[in-house]
Amino acid sequence: MSHAIQDQRPTRARKSAAPASLTRGGLPRWAPAGIAVLAIALGCGLGLALDLSSKVQWGLIAGLLFIGITYTASAVVENRRQAKDRVATSLVWVCFVLAVIPLLSLMWTTISRGLELLSGNFLSHSMNGVTSFDEGGGVYHALLGTIEQVALATLIAAPIGLLTAVYLVEYGKGRLARSVTFFVDVMTGIPSIVAGLFILTTWNLMLGFGPSGFAGAMALSILMMPVVVRSTEEMLKLVPNELREAALALGVPKWRVILKVVLPTAIGGISTGVMLAVARIAGETAPIMLLVFGTQLINGNPFEGAQSSLPLYIWEQYKVGSEPSYDRAWAAALVLIAFVMILNLVARGIARWKAPKTGR
Amino acid sequence: MAKRIDVSGLSAFYGTHKAIDDISMTVEPRSVTAFIGPSGCGKSTFLRTLNRMHEVTPGGRVEGKVLLDDENLYGAGVDPVAVRRTVGMVFQRPNPFPTMSIFDNVAAGLRLNGSFKKSELTDIVEKSLQGANLWNEVKDRLNKPGSGLSGGQQQRLCIARAIAVEPQVLLMDEPCSALDPISTLAIEDLIGELKERFTIVIVTHNMQQAARVSDRTAFFNLSAVGQPGKLIELDDTDRIFSNPSVQATEDYISGRFG
Repeated sequence: MSHAIQDQRPTRARKSAAPASLTRGGLPRWAPAGIAVLAIALGCGLGLALDLSSKVQWGLIAGLLFIGITYTASAVVENRRQAKDRVATSLVWVCFVLAVIPLLSLMWTTISRGLELLSGNFLSHSMNGVTSFDEGGGVYHALLGTIEQVALATLIAAPIGLLTAVYLVEYGKGRLARSVTFFVDVMTGIPSIVAGLFILTTWNLMLGFGPSGFAGAMALSILMMPVVVRSTEEMLKLVPNELREAALALGVPKWRVILKVVLPTAIGGISTGVMLAVARIAGETAPIMLLVFGTQLINGNPFEGAQSSLPLYIWEQYKVGSEPSYDRAWAAALVLIAFVMILNLVARGIARWKAPKTGR
Repeated sequence: MAKRIDVSGLSAFYGTHKAIDDISMTVEPRSVTAFIGPSGCGKSTFLRTLNRMHEVTPGGRVEGKVLLDDENLYGAGVDPVAVRRTVGMVFQRPNPFPTMSIFDNVAAGLRLNGSFKKSELTDIVEKSLQGANLWNEVKDRLNKPGSGLSGGQQQRLCIARAIAVEPQVLLMDEPCSALDPISTLAIEDLIGELKERFTIVIVTHNMQQAARVSDRTAFFNLSAVGQPGKLIELDDTDRIFSNPSVQATEDYISGRFG
């Protein structure tokens, strides 16, 4: 009884910081979902009522309403601290939705438009003899080119990047290591067109080679190398020093410690890093345009003659601007996304398979 | 098999900081020598100079001599890798290789140093695991990962891994400090068996443990924080714990300071 009387005092002064009771009023569990539905409904309603043309505005109104209603409801029913907590949570949710919407919309557009044309025929035929305004044709030559160029670039960049990272983590100290780190950071920021121009001036203009998949692969490897170095470096740093010491104390030479203990322990993360770098270069267009040139024919030899690649193919088909070529561009975009996705799944598989096991 | 260690005038540095100063001592073969002393007095650093692990630490540097049966470990042309094969080490925290099975962990030292026949390895692994009193607990799951064992089992796995390469000296850096009393007992029993074959040096913070397992005990101390650690006294364990000749040792073991 005395508590009730105390609570009715206007000043609400409490001598101790501890609350009088440990229970408190709370919003039901479904409250966030309910408020979200309410906010979206209100957002759409307001948008319609005010005749706002842009759906982005509707979404923004709904997002703001969601946060506002959450705060008010929680402040009234619960308390200020809870309200702040709920606002933080709803901000995270709103940001998450904002980030996911473009991704989902991109996936949806690509899949729905790409599936129209995607077939065994599309994957197994080139554009040989197909004019831009014809139906038919396919992506085989571009897919082949992408696979060969990316594979060659990985063959060049992955070993160099891996060894650089091993040097930086296991051996490097002093000025050389610091400058290597610095230049790797600088390389991360090289625009792809600059990498392309570099290979164009050295390989094609100074040494006189013609366009080829290999020239493109060299430019791609320049882009790939810093990503591989950075991710591998981080993974190697995560390997506990105790493991290195344990192996060294067994009388194992340092290079074998690195090869047999450090690298196997980090191999999951390293392969993920390499695959992410592969995904990054698979979508490059600019250096390919400069160095590989593009062709409508199947050229299986990456060391001689122009090749095509998926991003270049998409760009060419889009540029033509006819209805069949738009369809081909979308289908090729779907093939490219699927290609990168499959590589990522493979990398995750390797990471899970090779990860240190803890089971009994 | 086991070898005598003769240390004379040994100092170790981390960069410019001197961690231990001018230590001389003799460790007899087939005996257990315990190092005791407060934290930071250089026991572990000294232990790591005995198999050239100290120089693995960035900035680590050693002056003085460590003779292993008349051969100076820090002499010109001595291969640190060969030293570490002769002087094995067990660390404070159990550290089995996470990518390897129990079998591969024990075989690691041999396998990483050259090729062995599978049958030969199987024999050595079984012998080492028996030597570490772990064989009966793991013989049915040799292909399971070593990190799935309990802490005490992992530490015995690390001991098996260390003795599989047949070292002549075994260094143990607080091998029981992360373990429960029962696992500690298992390892102490093991030390008693291993001293028939190896020269053992053990660092411990547990003075009862030093009294239980060691034949001789060395007490290290430092005069102040930041000063290098020094060897105060090395004597038979009975004498150190009953009638030490230096007042500081008596104060430390009776708990009056440190």
